[in-house]
Amino acid sequence: MALLELEGVDAYYGRIQALRKVSITVERGEIVALIGSNGAGKTTTLRTISGLMHPTTGSVSFDGREITHTRPSKIVELGICQSPEGRRLFPRMTVLDNLVMGAYTRNDKAAIASDMDRVFTLFPRLQERRTQIAGTLSGGEQQMLAMGRALMAKPKVMMLDEPSLGLAPILIETIFSIVREINSQGTTVLLVEQNAHKALEVANRGYVLETGVVVQSGTGRELLASEEVQKAYLGM
Amino acid sequence: MSTSVFTRLHLRDRIRDRDTAVYSILLILALVFPMASIYATDGTALVSQATRAGTFVLLAIGLNVVVGFAGLLDLGYAAFYAIGAYSYALFASTQLASSPAHHAFHLPFWLMLFVALFVAAAAGAVLGFPTLRLRGDYLAIVTLGFGEIVPQLFYNFDQWTGGINAVGGIDQPTLPAWIQGPWSGDGPFQVVRNFNFGGDPVAFYVLICILIAAAIILVNNLYRSRLGRAWMAIREDEVAAAAMGINTVTTKLLAFGIGASFSGFAGAFYGANVSLVSPDSFLFIVSITVLVMVVLGGMGNISGVIIGALVLYYVVYYLIPGLPENVRSLANSIGLSSETTRSLADATQHLNYIIYGGILVAMMLLRPQGLLPSRVREQELKHAAVQEEEAAVEMEHAT
Repeated sequence: MALLELEGVDAYYGRIQALRKVSITVERGEIVALIGSNGAGKTTTLRTISGLMHPTTGSVSFDGREITHTRPSKIVELGICQSPEGRRLFPRMTVLDNLVMGAYTRNDKAAIASDMDRVFTLFPRLQERRTQIAGTLSGGEQQMLAMGRALMAKPKVMMLDEPSLGLAPILIETIFSIVREINSQGTTVLLVEQNAHKALEVANRGYVLETGVVVQSGTGRELLASEEVQKAYLGM
Repeated sequence: MSTSVFTRLHLRDRIRDRDTAVYSILLILALVFPMASIYATDGTALVSQATRAGTFVLLAIGLNVVVGFAGLLDLGYAAFYAIGAYSYALFASTQLASSPAHHAFHLPFWLMLFVALFVAAAAGAVLGFPTLRLRGDYLAIVTLGFGEIVPQLFYNFDQWTGGINAVGGIDQPTLPAWIQGPWSGDGPFQVVRNFNFGGDPVAFYVLICILIAAAIILVNNLYRSRLGRAWMAIREDEVAAAAMGINTVTTKLLAFGIGASFSGFAGAFYGANVSLVSPDSFLFIVSITVLVMVVLGGMGNISGVIIGALVLYYVVYYLIPGLPENVRSLANSIGLSSETTRSLADATQHLNYIIYGGILVAMMLLRPQGLLPSRVREQELKHAAVQEEEAAVEMEHAT
């Protein structure tokens, strides 16, 4: 049974329909990429999963449990954590305090400390900058902090919204290799990206969204090879 | 890992050092002030003034929870103050005898202190509930409306509250019998003076100091708690806070409720102290004054907010009202004609609010971060600057 499953989800912003009958499944241990252009509904899909908005029809289930109308704080406790669009750090808190906030729903101090070590191993840069306030980090470091903070919740599924946005190519390389590493340590990853090429390279499977509709799906390799995807998103 | 925890503790220590210094100075001042002022002026007028200032300190500490910690702009804070004051006034005077209830209540002050706290906290939650979806300016406008409505209610429900006639003859607190003994009263062993407050300014002064101390301890603990961190996260970024699993609804409600409870405390105390509660004492200007105290002192920093409250109280209720008189005596002493003296004093009288506004503008220009800003933030900023410099130096060496 799939770890995370969206079935026939419709979602609206006011009277504007943002998602139409979106069905997506994420299996345990996968990296799944959602690609599509601006306004395709990628972020909306993530917001529907994390409970920041609720679908009008259709259902979301996680780990065998229906979470369609569950509130966001509960969903984080269940094990879905999002590194939100635009990173959304706590800009006037230190790197360390941002990470501590990531573990807000947890009480197991020893495990939190060991996860902190794990984050610092993944991102040595963050350890160097741990007492610096988050707002003064560079773009790449901020992205690392956003991912580290999401990891501190010890999620079963980590959702990353545009991790490559505004980063230099060399940093994008680093970020994606870390995504792969996080995944190999056992965290399922749902990735939203405009950088379709990179995303499909690391992803096991992918979905292509267009104006709120899933128009294509398949393994990362299949999608990379698909003519429509190449034309529309890879500029070939 | 161990080093990171170490620097963190080190930072906390230094912050605590400054707070300890500020609190010690305040404590010493609080102890010396009544003795010194009674000795110097041979009267207790100054002690009464200090007690009034104390109620504002309590209000500022409470509003700081809402505005400074949780970042929710509340422009109607005086409403909770009014609710606290009326809770005590109605149940500790003859007011309700002439109301449809036909029965006067005289509940003890100590009980009502806590009842007022809970009533105000409940009112805070009631206000909080419909405003939870609002942010920033919109929230401010709703709280502003609430602040206008509440005094109007006390004004218009005159059957119960006496309306414009106010509630007078409010009971004075008395200490419970078990505290009274040979050491109290007017006998030879009177260590504690007869603590039937009976309008004794020193007794009220002692009480407000105890209340403030309790409030400081409480709020400091709250600030360091999980709830305190959740407030900070909401203040920084509400969406991110929700994404971290913080229940923003209950967290914001708690900020409103806890913040309001302090003004319930302050209100009940005010009612007992002044013995007269009227809707006019809780107008918009009170909310704004308390808000300015918080901003001026250094939002989010408890010791700063206390200093801000004391300084602004001095300016608003002492310096500005006394200005025309001071101008008159100054003009007299340098030998200006009585005609000019009078017109000068009149001019100062008319310019009261301009002078007040000028002082506020000057203070905000000179110290936009507040008199005693939240040191955590200041330290962090400084630290970041140092690190950036270090990095720059490293880069230079590398190239």
